Amino acid sequence: MPAITLAGKQFDVDENGFLQDPAQWSDEVALGLAQTEGIEKLTDEHWKVVRYLREYYMKFHVAPSIRMLCKQTGLPLKQIYQLFPSGPAKGACKLAGMPKPTGCV
Amino acid sequence: MQAPPLKPNAAAGAHHHRANPTLLAALGLPTEVPADWRARALTKFDELLHTRRSLKLYLDTCVRCGACTDKCPFFLGTGDPNNMPVARAELLRKVYRRHFTAAGKLFGPLAAGEELTDAVREQWFTYFYQCTECRRCAVFCPFGVDTAEITMAAREIMASIGLATKYVSEVVDKAHTIGNNIGIPEAAWRDTCRFLEEELKEQTGADIKLPVNQAGAEVLLVPPSADLFTNTDTMMAYGKFFHALGVSWTTSSYASEAGNFGMFLNYEHLKKVNRRIVDAARQLGVRRLVMGECGHAWRAAQAFTDTLNGPLDFLEKPRPEHILEYAVRVIRQGRLKLDKSANDGLAVTYHDPCNLARAGGIIEEPREILRLIARGFREMPADTIREKTFCCGAGAGLLTDEIMETRFAGVKPRIEAFCASGATHLAVPCAICKAQFPVAFEHYRIDAQVVGVMDLLAKAIVL
Repeated sequence: MPAITLAGKQFDVDENGFLQDPAQWSDEVALGLAQTEGIEKLTDEHWKVVRYLREYYMKFHVAPSIRMLCKQTGLPLKQIYQLFPSGPAKGACKLAGMPKPTGCV
Repeated sequence: MQAPPLKPNAAAGAHHHRANPTLLAALGLPTEVPADWRARALTKFDELLHTRRSLKLYLDTCVRCGACTDKCPFFLGTGDPNNMPVARAELLRKVYRRHFTAAGKLFGPLAAGEELTDAVREQWFTYFYQCTECRRCAVFCPFGVDTAEITMAAREIMASIGLATKYVSEVVDKAHTIGNNIGIPEAAWRDTCRFLEEELKEQTGADIKLPVNQAGAEVLLVPPSADLFTNTDTMMAYGKFFHALGVSWTTSSYASEAGNFGMFLNYEHLKKVNRRIVDAARQLGVRRLVMGECGHAWRAAQAFTDTLNGPLDFLEKPRPEHILEYAVRVIRQGRLKLDKSANDGLAVTYHDPCNLARAGGIIEEPREILRLIARGFREMPADTIREKTFCCGAGAGLLTDEIMETRFAGVKPRIEAFCASGATHLAVPCAICKAQFPVAFEHYRIDAQVVGVMDLLAKAIVL
């Protein structure tokens, strides 16, 4: 299993660099994962998306629908793509320390 | 599309991530390729030859005429000769000749037979996972050889020795444990439906329900779970549609997936995933089973349910019914008030999902609907539509990032046809296609939108 060093600690990740154990997530880990996505700095808007995803995931064990994410954060999809160039289901979910949504997505 | 120059091994480097031991164990498959894998693979091959007469027929029948060679989108897109359907099938056929025909058993290579070596096994894993089982080749085969059946057999043999892709295995596992491909548990399913009801209220002013687990409803609608994740317009469209008809309907949080990735792995899992739908229909006591906008779901449900988990004689005919068949039926009965102008300004064309057009007989229904509700409807070139449709390049377990180059290659013929249509909107009733096209449009720098047929129909429905 691949591993990655974030904030001086080792973490198991999947082939796409998603954290294997969502419980290991912290703000520092999110900052480290941002680097792997080529995101230099996390703005308030980044955090708004990440925290919403995280909160939803902890409650429902899955990512929210993209429409709900946009509505609840007040950010249009286009802007979410600007914040997370690989998209909400990839970049944003990765930073939130949750598994990569797979299926017909 | 012109046949490309041959580029041997051009696609040999495209590899799916392999399923890890935990996932394989969850699916009851060997957790690693066993030492006696060759014997096991041949035993499984033998079993399939005896249980599927079609497979033996397809392996025996090919005369290598070459009619299929330039019909496969993956050959057209990659130029790799192993992606010619005849050559891809040959990877299995040569082992068949060696081990299962008299000439091959006696004369081996002289009878064009080949041993099942490590190298052959790896070629299987590479190329049978570059086939979307789209069956375009079969349309052009003068003998009707269905190469998709050959791909399915090869994948089943591979699964029996612990060779499966991470993507397909993960999705099948989620379907078994949670009920759908994305892995949306009941609480989230209900929460999403509630949210979409609010969205519908905002859009239409009406109290439109998206019922969950409602026993005694007339219709059980089984959508692809992507309709609650990315394609929420389609989910909302079902709601508006049934609301306008005044028909009681429900989704099931147990059978919350139309798609059946078991079909891309092996028979056992195809059957097990399919079972959930039949059980849910029985348990909820519905009278009709309707499948949502998904291509391969329709193939699995329509072509196989009766054999796998039937009979469905507790339901009204047609059983199951595709949502677009249902829609055409009620439109013809004059039960919907439609406003054609709702989609004015959209230049819409229609993409036939492979499994609807070639495996499920849904060809005219979407066109009948689109002609009624979109004045800007136009077709793509005739040799790329209906039963000759080009695959989106991501079906049958290819909708995964690590083989993105293969996906871009596979979608290329379809993209060229789309551009020739001059459309700005691509209507498509399939969740895999809906996920693949936006990525493809971005890659090929095409400014166009992907929509569901039901999305456009719902826009035109006057409440």
